[in-house]
Amino acid sequence: MDISPVGFYLFAGVAIACSLLVVFKKSPVSSAFSLILVFAAFAGIYANLAAHLVAALQVLVYAGAIMVLFIFVIMLLSADEPSFDMGRSHPLVKALVGFFCVALFVMFVWALKKSDHGQVLVGPYSVAAVAASGGNSKVVSQLMFTRYILPFELTSILLLAGIVGAIALAKRNLGKEGK
Amino acid sequence: MNTENLVAPWVVQSFCAMIFFIGLSGVLVRRNILVILMCVELMLNAVNLSFVAYAHQLQDMGGQMAVFFIIVVAAAESAVGLGLLIAMFRTLKTVDTDEIRLLKE
Repeated sequence: MDISPVGFYLFAGVAIACSLLVVFKKSPVSSAFSLILVFAAFAGIYANLAAHLVAALQVLVYAGAIMVLFIFVIMLLSADEPSFDMGRSHPLVKALVGFFCVALFVMFVWALKKSDHGQVLVGPYSVAAVAASGGNSKVVSQLMFTRYILPFELTSILLLAGIVGAIALAKRNLGKEGK
Repeated sequence: MNTENLVAPWVVQSFCAMIFFIGLSGVLVRRNILVILMCVELMLNAVNLSFVAYAHQLQDMGGQMAVFFIIVVAAAESAVGLGLLIAMFRTLKTVDTDEIRLLKE
């Protein structure tokens, strides 16, 4: 892959360290701020892979909207007391979870390394071709409104269902308290 | 460009797998439901990066399109999930999944 190794390993190291912090930090606010750093590092890797529109959306939607929602909920519930929930789970459970995750990860690495021949059937959208036809954002947008128009319209139905569901959840509780 | 200076595709995919399994272990081990939702976001992000890396490797835009739809689904999921969480907090006054045993009692 023609991406810069320095950039990739830098962002990957930050992402791995911060995602470990997300899991192991006791306070939810610390976890949330580590997660913002993970999202920022992922945006850097996307930009490295020439997916500029995805990188911008990652910053806007994930690091912006979703994390604001998370931190808003943490503050709203004042749920920021450090929880020692990991110490409560059985040591056997923790050992099993760790073992299965590491074993599956090793299996993935082995399979990925085995299947990496370097000879793949590539499509028409090379980095140079995309840059020649107006850049990543333009090519992706054109595809979104031509070939992927049906899933694009379906996402609007999904978002509508999400809004209606969220309002229904909130409203039912309000009605109960009103009575 | 010489090839030994570049990042091999399997290294990128292994990095995605590592982030995914860190998120999975967080979902399985943690009991704070806020942190569990954050770990779910972590897993979704790992899959997104895998899609983008394959899109780059195979020079196909399908992976990047899939990432858009995953981002939309993740946004809807976190909005509804956090709405459910607030509804749960109103009745149970806790964010700890060990305290949710209404069916057991």
